[in-house]
Amino acid sequence: MTQYLFYPGCAMESSARAYAASLESVARTLDLDLAEVKDWNCCGATEYLGINLIPAYALIGRNLALAAQQAKQQNGSGAHTLVASCSACYLNLAKADHYMAERPVLGDRVNEALAVGGLGYKPGTLQIRHLLDVLINDIGINRIREKVTRPLHGLRVAPYLGCMVPRPDYDHRWSDHEQPDELDRVLRALGAEVIDFPLKSECCGGHMPQISPNTAFELIRRLLQGADQYKADLIVTVCPMCQMNLDAYQDETNRHFHTRYRLPTVFFTQVMGLAFGDDPAALGFGSEIVDARPALARIGTAPASPGGAQPRAKIEGLPFPGRRPEERER
Amino acid sequence: MTATDVSPAEPNHNLRFLEEVSAATAGVSRLEMCIQCGTCGGSCPSADDMDHTPRMLFAMIRAGMRDEALRSNTPWICVSCYHCVVRCPQDVHIADVMYTLKSMAVRAKLYRDAKAPEFSQTFVDAIENYGRSFEFGLATRHYLRHFPLRLPGMAPMGLGLLTKQRMSITPHRIDGIDQLKAILARAKELELTS
Repeated sequence: MTQYLFYPGCAMESSARAYAASLESVARTLDLDLAEVKDWNCCGATEYLGINLIPAYALIGRNLALAAQQAKQQNGSGAHTLVASCSACYLNLAKADHYMAERPVLGDRVNEALAVGGLGYKPGTLQIRHLLDVLINDIGINRIREKVTRPLHGLRVAPYLGCMVPRPDYDHRWSDHEQPDELDRVLRALGAEVIDFPLKSECCGGHMPQISPNTAFELIRRLLQGADQYKADLIVTVCPMCQMNLDAYQDETNRHFHTRYRLPTVFFTQVMGLAFGDDPAALGFGSEIVDARPALARIGTAPASPGGAQPRAKIEGLPFPGRRPEERER
Repeated sequence: MTATDVSPAEPNHNLRFLEEVSAATAGVSRLEMCIQCGTCGGSCPSADDMDHTPRMLFAMIRAGMRDEALRSNTPWICVSCYHCVVRCPQDVHIADVMYTLKSMAVRAKLYRDAKAPEFSQTFVDAIENYGRSFEFGLATRHYLRHFPLRLPGMAPMGLGLLTKQRMSITPHRIDGIDQLKAILARAKELELTS
């Protein structure tokens, strides 16, 4: 079994506790061995980069250095993949690894700063990957499907990745930068009815609720309206910030636009655990601000529609050239 | 003529502004490659709220309009969604240039709205003291100062986050905080600014 180094990030210990709890459960089911980087620090989110450059990269650099050191100590396991579950952490770790190589002066200065703490990091030592990438490409859809004991039939979900997972994608790991299908495939394997959500990689507003609320409310509204138009029961996300903005700021957004959306937003690991038969409370359900229970009550209530195009009831009624009778049976 | 060819007698030192922005950007910014096509602004989800689209801002930087560029709210409204970055035909590191402009505006004190830089600074203060972010301290300090009128409406949500244990009222300090502080102090001396 491959062991991965794991960087949880601050949100997993606070606002995204449900993500942490459900990941623990899902990792157990899938035999995914995640070794937490010891004494990691905050990645700086999108804040430190806008204040100072070298300190921001040195902050990320300490995490990379600690992870690389730990990988070396755990020799034999061959672990050199650092997995992040939070989109901002994933991007920051990948960014530092990428730019320290692209711009040697940055790498040199970061290492000069790290040396004061007895640390150092050679770019390229670690492979930085997002949790979803590991689940779909290493564990695989088949193994995920095999573990499903409670298929999510009847649940219509909007797969929502947000921006920082499929973009900028330094290592070309994603199927598309704007319409990637990795999350769709995982959710479909769980038996859920997955809407083709065109806004799946649009921005949730990030830190804008604290900077420019009207900008944030507009971005949140677009996502809620989009998911609502597709009659989604649930928005499923991979990112703590997206979850926070869509869930905790949904009320304020509704007040701002005089709308009445009630769209629960949960983490993909929570619905995975649900399909694997785990106890919803242990997966962190109940910690969302917009109650997910009405949506969960739909599981098993209606058969999920089979994937692909639906057969048309009366093809004669359509304004297209009809098919000949002998072709209809195909 | 490249900026390096500017003679010392050239009265407008801002002719070197593009070069300066590039030098202070993390990777190779490729800012000088911009062909003014406007794909960035057309891809931007928050462009409506910006003083200038990214394309305009890059033209201003090239034209040496230092103060105007650093006063623009554009970098502060950028949500770092990287739509423009993956669509840019010239591979300009647009989002990273926005971070550079923010830090330059902070240093020159040219931002017009203090909310964003103060939010970032409060966030960074927590990291420098504890090694981890501290949302409760950040949220209370920031909202009391900048959005007191939103607090009554937000109270149920805030209470929800607290009772659902999604926000801790005490910060977590990492073991290696002294090591981190030493690293950051040295890093500040090594800053890439001219």
